[in-house]
Amino acid sequence: MDQRAAHALSRFGLGPASGDPPPADAAAWLLDQLRRPDSTQSGAPASAAEGLTALRADQTDKPPPGESRARALYRAQGLAAVGRAVATRMPFRERLVWFWTNHFTVSLRRGQCAALAGAFVQEAIRPHVTGRFQDMLLAVLRHPAMLIYLDNAGSIGPNSLGGLRSQRGLNENLARECLELHTVSPGAGYTQADVTSFARILTGWSIERTAEPLGFVFRPRVHEPGEHTLMGRTFPEGEAGGIEAARFLANHPATHRFLATKLVRHFVADTPSPAAVRVIEGILRDTSGDLGAAAAGLVGLPEAWVPGTKFRTPLDLVVASFRVLDPPPDATPPFLAILSGLGQPLWTAPAPNGWPDIAADWSGPEAMMRRIDWAFAVSPRIGDRDPIGLAEVALGPLFRPKTHEAMVQAGSRREAMTLLLTSPEFQRR
Amino acid sequence: MMPIISRRTALLGLSGAIAVRGASLAVAAAPTDRRFVVVILRGAMDGLSAVVPYGDPGLMALRPALVPPQPGQDKGLLDLGGMFGLHPALSRSHARYQANELLIVHAVAGPYRARSHFEAQDYLESGADHRMTSGWLNRVVAALNVSSSGQAHAIAIGGPVPLLLRGGPGASKDVANWAPHGFAEPQPALYQAILSLNQNDKVTGPAIVAGLRDRGFGHKVLGESEKDKARFGFPALARAAGAMLRAPDGPRIAAMELGGWDTHTAQIDRMVGPLTQLDAGLDALRDGLGEAWKQTAVLAMTEFGRTARMNGTQGTDHGTATVAFLAGGAVAGGRVIANWPGLGRGQLLEDRDLAPTTDLRSVARGILGAHLGLAPTALTAVFPGSEGAQTLRNLVRTG
Repeated sequence: MDQRAAHALSRFGLGPASGDPPPADAAAWLLDQLRRPDSTQSGAPASAAEGLTALRADQTDKPPPGESRARALYRAQGLAAVGRAVATRMPFRERLVWFWTNHFTVSLRRGQCAALAGAFVQEAIRPHVTGRFQDMLLAVLRHPAMLIYLDNAGSIGPNSLGGLRSQRGLNENLARECLELHTVSPGAGYTQADVTSFARILTGWSIERTAEPLGFVFRPRVHEPGEHTLMGRTFPEGEAGGIEAARFLANHPATHRFLATKLVRHFVADTPSPAAVRVIEGILRDTSGDLGAAAAGLVGLPEAWVPGTKFRTPLDLVVASFRVLDPPPDATPPFLAILSGLGQPLWTAPAPNGWPDIAADWSGPEAMMRRIDWAFAVSPRIGDRDPIGLAEVALGPLFRPKTHEAMVQAGSRREAMTLLLTSPEFQRR
Repeated sequence: MMPIISRRTALLGLSGAIAVRGASLAVAAAPTDRRFVVVILRGAMDGLSAVVPYGDPGLMALRPALVPPQPGQDKGLLDLGGMFGLHPALSRSHARYQANELLIVHAVAGPYRARSHFEAQDYLESGADHRMTSGWLNRVVAALNVSSSGQAHAIAIGGPVPLLLRGGPGASKDVANWAPHGFAEPQPALYQAILSLNQNDKVTGPAIVAGLRDRGFGHKVLGESEKDKARFGFPALARAAGAMLRAPDGPRIAAMELGGWDTHTAQIDRMVGPLTQLDAGLDALRDGLGEAWKQTAVLAMTEFGRTARMNGTQGTDHGTATVAFLAGGAVAGGRVIANWPGLGRGQLLEDRDLAPTTDLRSVARGILGAHLGLAPTALTAVFPGSEGAQTLRNLVRTG
């Protein structure tokens, strides 16, 4: 395996997998994943309708604590999602799914999201990772998981028919976070008035929870009447106003800059270089937000091929470890408990800005100690395989002589494997 | 106990090759006996729900469904003297107030006026009106070290080191962190090999050294409380923090955080959980500190308040002014400090938020100056650009 292949497998992919031959041409292998449809098999597809049905059933027939249908869906879909990352032959495409899922965070900190987070990834994120950003944004804003997580489902236009009768009103949470975290970001200079106005535009974007078909519904009865102005543009009343506003925000130059910065931070370095950001920003601008073209642009950045600049998050670490350890398919590892123990519980980011993407946020003393303890706990899975052989699969030419030497001197296969998983080169991607 | 102590000794010996100030965490004499704890209430706590201005005639018109019953009624407010009442979930805090160990500052806000959680938390922790890479509490530790002989140290409780305690270039590095953990631990020799592999790595090397040091420290001081069933809860962490701070050679500065305050919907129900955690946590901290509580001041603060008016979903949206709490045996409590702006027509900021009348930095400057003895120049280094924020006086007990 040459160094470019070893690097591509970890930086753009999810880590080399035992049993998979390394790509002969690293860049071609990456670009090919962007062009082909997603081929990974993953059981029955999760859907929002299924999640909403579970939530309704939990409400009418209250289960004992910890045994809700919503939690059961989370456990099954969460295990499947991590298992898919461990197994996929298209790891670059899968990394993009995780990246955009984190960009548009929904979190189990809002309990009902347990029933919907898996569906959110499958329905709102996965179909669009090589498509257009505006389509992903619209799918996100309409998804029940996001409408619940950021409270838009119950936001009511104060002057709508429903608002005047119920004396309920606006909730600006989704509008604010969409501007701040999903699209233009605070640098664009929007005001409180823009936040409120966008919240009015999004009134009526709600969820049908009882009658078929379950899922997104636009409710004219609670939509704030009249035209609304957002960042100097006027949008019409009705659902069309929200769709137009989402497209306007998705294609705003400030959005392109913000997305480019986050992409470069994820694929190049914690501190994105302005030059690299400009390249990706330019691609997004010239292609009207083609995310596949932006991903290809990242592969084309020479800076993205410098090894050692990105620290693995707990999720990266767990997935990369199991891709090397290649668990037997009949014994699914307790992925969810592991991720919680390492400080990154699946789909449970503390806040709507998602998990951080820089080393300083993941490399605290206690966090490192947990990584070490987990590595020690998982390493018996090596069985009677040769740890040096696995290290060569996992790291290729990035395997340092010092780590090799320590592993050779280790007292057991388990200890050698622990040393591999805790080596500085394996902590990076 | 013996194996733990010997392991720790081994680890400290082995980390000697790497330059980490404060490696003498468990044995050094500290330059102060005063303890200072910061609790970050992440997510924007609604000050008007925690400390309710029930004497303000404008309150009920703004948020009728969010105000608990009047004092004296079932599940009613806990009266603080006619104008304000504590939320009924803060009953232990009310006892501290009556013992003159809880001081409340109302209508308080930092200098930040936009309403983004994430920017506001960055500024709350960095202590400036622009983003900095170090936190203000880290600069407090640095200031204490300059003024003494280099032994003060701090500890972050509950997982990652928050920005509040993180050091930028030139800042103090004497920060440990500790949290309960759940995986099996390897033997000391394997730890040693792992450390050796990471020794020259700028990211993992220092973190592993500090982590090993903290583990030894944590096990030694905490003993039984790690088996506590509720060990991941805020009160359990607070009790652990108290135990560490109580130790004669323990740290003197600690930071903790408690989330769950972003109550956009169903606020009347959703406030109860985090308020109860806060209330029980402060009590557990006091319990853990024992006699050292007398020398302790705790500052609990949040990034901003919430809208004075209820929103359309029985919650509140992002606002401006809120409350800050000062608790501890060293605090001159039993009072509410408020230059009350009022909730009536024309009195709200932008016709939506409780107007700020006290700068949060004035509170922090006041407690750091009086309790930890930081001079005005040091306070301005801790909070750059805060010269205009008038330092509050008489926040600590005298004599």
